[in-house]
Amino acid sequence: MSSRERILRRVRDALGEARGTGVDVPRGYRRRLTAAEAATRADVVAMFTERVAARRATVRHAGADDLATSVAAALWARAARRIAAPADLPFGWLSELDGVHAVADTGLTDLETLQGLDGVVTGCAVAIAQTGTIVLDGGRAQGRRLLSLVPDYHLCVVHADQIVGTVPEAVARLRPERPLTWISGPPVAGGPEARRAEGGQGPRSLEVLIVED
Amino acid sequence: MTGGSSAGGRDSSAGPVPLPMPKFAAAARTALADTGLRRDLRADAAALRRRREAAAGELGDWQELREAGRAIRDETLLNLDAYLERLEKSVTEAGGAVHWAADAAEAARLVTGLVRATGQGEVVTAAVPAAREIGLHDALAEAGVTVHPTDLAELVARLGGGRRPAARPAPPAFHRDRARLRELLARLPDAPPDLPDDPAALAAAARDHLRRRLLSARVAVCGADFMVADTGTLVLLESEGNGRAAVTVPDTLICVAGIDAVVPTWSDLEVLLQLLPRSATGDRMSPAVSTWTGVTPGDGPRELHLVLLDNGRTAVLADEAGRAALRCVRCSACAHVCPVYERTGDEPYGPRGGGPIGAVVTPLVEGVESAAHASLPYASTLCGACADVCPVKIDIPGLLVHLRGAVVESRRRRPVPTPELVMMRSAAWTMGEQGRYEAALRSGARWARLLSRGGRIRRLPGLLGKWTEARDLPAPPAGGFRGWWRARPRSGGAR
Ligand code: SF4
Repeated sequence: MSSRERILRRVRDALGEARGTGVDVPRGYRRRLTAAEAATRADVVAMFTERVAARRATVRHAGADDLATSVAAALWARAARRIAAPADLPFGWLSELDGVHAVADTGLTDLETLQGLDGVVTGCAVAIAQTGTIVLDGGRAQGRRLLSLVPDYHLCVVHADQIVGTVPEAVARLRPERPLTWISGPPVAGGPEARRAEGGQGPRSLEVLIVED
Repeated sequence: MTGGSSAGGRDSSAGPVPLPMPKFAAAARTALADTGLRRDLRADAAALRRRREAAAGELGDWQELREAGRAIRDETLLNLDAYLERLEKSVTEAGGAVHWAADAAEAARLVTGLVRATGQGEVVTAAVPAAREIGLHDALAEAGVTVHPTDLAELVARLGGGRRPAARPAPPAFHRDRARLRELLARLPDAPPDLPDDPAALAAAARDHLRRRLLSARVAVCGADFMVADTGTLVLLESEGNGRAAVTVPDTLICVAGIDAVVPTWSDLEVLLQLLPRSATGDRMSPAVSTWTGVTPGDGPRELHLVLLDNGRTAVLADEAGRAALRCVRCSACAHVCPVYERTGDEPYGPRGGGPIGAVVTPLVEGVESAAHASLPYASTLCGACADVCPVKIDIPGLLVHLRGAVVESRRRRPVPTPELVMMRSAAWTMGEQGRYEAALRSGARWARLLSRGGRIRRLPGLLGKWTEARDLPAPPAGGFRGWWRARPRSGGAR
């Protein structure tokens, strides 16, 4: 008997009569923010802003017309010279760069090149206000996972309409067959609170640029 | 969850437990003597309690989420065979390979074989809670494979000596232990020659070392917090981000998870991704959550192996009451509120993990015939704090009592009665009749006061000494309740 058969047999024997009993899941929890928390769109954006900032990430705001200027300003403030960008990043986002070289990822860019870069600019798939989280799914403007893992600085552009209130709303929007990375602030190593240390893997600086169209 | 000290520190480190496990009280004595460890455990537990409480209290629907979490896990367990088969099908369809390991040895053998098949001589591990349970590091080392653990605490513990670090090494205390950490980290082959001893520089040196390991890895072994049956999606929550790197960089990814980590549907994550991070680290969401389904062309590993581990989990499932223990999502919240765990840490509980839930699961798997396993259900004061925080509503104190019953039952069947049983029988005889009982109480109290020093009794004589192995006993007062009751004034309907 293979281990597969053995384990499945053990499970069936272990459950006996109880096997196959359905359990109703009471779904009385909240799927959306309450009316008090999210009276208007602006409240949701404000909650996202506050909670991203609580995770030691920097937040900037921009309008659709000054998006490119804001991206340029953020990179300038970091003194970033060479950055990575997914090949399908909207052209307009980087149109104001002055003295910054953007390396478009072709899927072939090697690790060494990536390690030599000062940062990466991406979009995201969904952002969650209640938890201060951005989620990347490798779709438009996001690139491969490696791209947003290796450089030490990550500038993530979030459009206001990508921000949902809660985790259930995010789960409903996301597609499980895609590789997802949920990022809530830079990584932390060490123990809780006083013993937390800077460290861990992934960009140590995270900056979120919220675009309100 | 892994990374940090919780969701974090659950990554346990390598190496099977070599010798027969000592009894809890004996094993705990070592931990109790280590004052640095105790201070760290206490500080971490207190911080995590505060954070968990704030994170759970902030949601208006925490109780509804717990109730849903309980039901999702029960639905999974009562249909586990069906969900496992469904998981196997979805993972396979998404381009992954599924392997089944009936016990620890088979799991270690499978992983070793998979690593060797890649032709690589090195492997990184990140966030593998099962590593210690299956003796992974030793098995790989024996096969000539070099293992690089990438959890920070594990790295530091390793540099401190020994291939088999503590069960759940406490995260390094950069703020306190600077001099020692500097000395340890200077041993890294790629450490900067003039490593300063300020905390930030030390943390950076450790990070850079681990980063080089992770970015050059061709094969990685990781764990999974959840496996979604419907979609074949694997889910990993962590603080440190080394798991994120491990599921992204290598060509081959080998994921090891218990059969109990399966959940029915993608949408069930809307509950579990709220319960787990808030319970584990008090984060609204863990700093890094990775989910992946099979392999994705052009992004991440080209080969995915999933090793499904039984190793006694089905024995837990077979116990009708004990089965609820498998709802556990390994958040460690019960450990952080446990007054016993706070003083002893993981080690004394054995290789399956510590804290209140460890004291339930290990005897359920191993039985209660050995003294070590039989002692675990008693490593608790039954204060009930664990049941209040458990995000999937496991009645841990109830299960501990259930197991104590099993211990007594198994001792009763022995040809030679245990000292405890002899005592209980004589107690039954004494208490069976009021006169005998009162006489015994009076003489007992007199003897006890003779034994006490400063109102505490540190060691009872003879066989009774077992009871004071792990606790002091307050000396009884000169006049007991019965004496007071008889002597109380009865006039005037006083209450
Ligand atoms: S028993 Fe409950 S509280 Fe303890 S680790 Fe498991 S899920 Fe968390």
